[in-house]
Amino acid sequence: MDAALARAWVQAIAAAIDEHTDQLTQLDSAIGDADHGANMRRGFSACLDALADTPLETPGDVLVRTGATLISSVGGAAGPLYGSAFRAIGRALAGPDAGAEQVLSALTEGLTAVKRLGAAVPGDKTIVDAYTPAVAAFEQELWEGGGLAAAAAHAAEAAEAGARATTTMQARKGRASYLGPRSVGHQDPGATSTALIFRALAEVTVR
Amino acid sequence: MKKFLNSPDTVLADALAGLAAAHPDLSVDLDQRIITRAHGPHRAKVGLISGGGSGHEPLHGGFVGAGMLDAACPGEVFTSPVPDQILAATRAADRGAGVVHIVKNYTGDVMNFQMAAELAGDEGIAVRTVLVDDDVAVQDSTYTAGRRGTGATVFVEKIAGAHAEEGADLDGVAEIARRVNAASRSFAVALTACTTPASGRPGFDLPDDEIEVGVGIHGEPGRRREKLAGAKEIVATAMDAILSDQPLDPADRTIVMVNGLGGTPLLELYLVFGEVSAVLADKGITVARTLVGNYVTSLEMAGVSITVCRADEQMLALWDAPVRTPALRWGC
Repeated sequence: MDAALARAWVQAIAAAIDEHTDQLTQLDSAIGDADHGANMRRGFSACLDALADTPLETPGDVLVRTGATLISSVGGAAGPLYGSAFRAIGRALAGPDAGAEQVLSALTEGLTAVKRLGAAVPGDKTIVDAYTPAVAAFEQELWEGGGLAAAAAHAAEAAEAGARATTTMQARKGRASYLGPRSVGHQDPGATSTALIFRALAEVTVR
Repeated sequence: MKKFLNSPDTVLADALAGLAAAHPDLSVDLDQRIITRAHGPHRAKVGLISGGGSGHEPLHGGFVGAGMLDAACPGEVFTSPVPDQILAATRAADRGAGVVHIVKNYTGDVMNFQMAAELAGDEGIAVRTVLVDDDVAVQDSTYTAGRRGTGATVFVEKIAGAHAEEGADLDGVAEIARRVNAASRSFAVALTACTTPASGRPGFDLPDDEIEVGVGIHGEPGRRREKLAGAKEIVATAMDAILSDQPLDPADRTIVMVNGLGGTPLLELYLVFGEVSAVLADKGITVARTLVGNYVTSLEMAGVSITVCRADEQMLALWDAPVRTPALRWGC
């Protein structure tokens, strides 16, 4: 992954969020406060502006800038969580061109940052429920000899399955947890946006 | 959706412009999105700031002024402010004696305030964070994000604000803020949902003859749904939740707020207050101070929240101290 690919990833995320804003908002409306779609759209739109301004040499620079911009523009829990994730991913991609193994360890750093800040574990009905299987699938594919594109494709599928699996979970973190058992039967909006982020990575790595 | 809007994307900016135009005692920075006192304080005192999603007006901007907050940082509708904003408010409130952050206990608010407190610490500003978590509808357990911060925020901001005004030090202001929160319990019931400008649709569908019991202030559904009952019965449910969580003795003196969630006529709020006061009178509990009106709203939601604070002499004296803000004003 070089700086151009990192940029393409962020642009693809912004396009996917834009397309799914209403879906994210409706999911959040069912078990939260109906702001996830609008907040993510505002955040990634701000990222496009922030990246357009400056020439950035490494994928790390692009993704750290993306994370900082998300923290400054999203608000809610999603801002610090995704912002910290992208900053952590970016910090692990210092060179001009990262191989698939390095991308794996960067994605793992991002997951660690999310878990540390949100104190969520798998099964809590959060971002972690899509992110964790995505990283596992990415790693599995590398073990089996696949490259970046194949690993990203498997990660996207695993993230989507993970997001769907949140439907039957009772939320134990975030605003949905206030609903108790009433949170069951709804897909988690945060896990859903995480799946969009991994799908975007799969899309740009096959280009 | 029918609302007074120019565009859903500019609702906060447009409302802040109006707030600035309406209240010359406030200074509104439209770029940094912070609200501060226009005049002073000009002496070293502990700064007090709060912030959170918009849609709860007059919270928090309406409580900026002498005797209460030094600054407020409103986020987008129902979305916590971002760290940059909170840091800007912290800097504005800093008079060299440190700054207290009053944070309602929501995952996003806690994270953003924590990041801002770290940034402020890097700049040499001493920050103490006080979490407000008074809503007994949510159990504080490993299965939730902990109790929500709701009506008690007004009590905390008023009493801690008065303590800061009289020259208490940073730890003293934080300590009384925590004490007020620990002594306060709230419970809310909704008759209708509310619609955020960004989503354009109500947060939930509620049949005409049903109510949401144990709601928060963000349009999310409550803990359970029940058939609409008489006001006396609904108040009994709410007071039972409050008083079973914090039993009160006849010797206790209380500050009681009946708060409208945005779409409840004052007529009904007073009716509810009458029922609340009857419940407390029945138990021999003294209602020492009262507040009835719209203070912590949830857009246009029809509903009511009840907050009871077991107040000691110091809290009552600080409650009575002069306050001059757009939404609370007495003794000056």
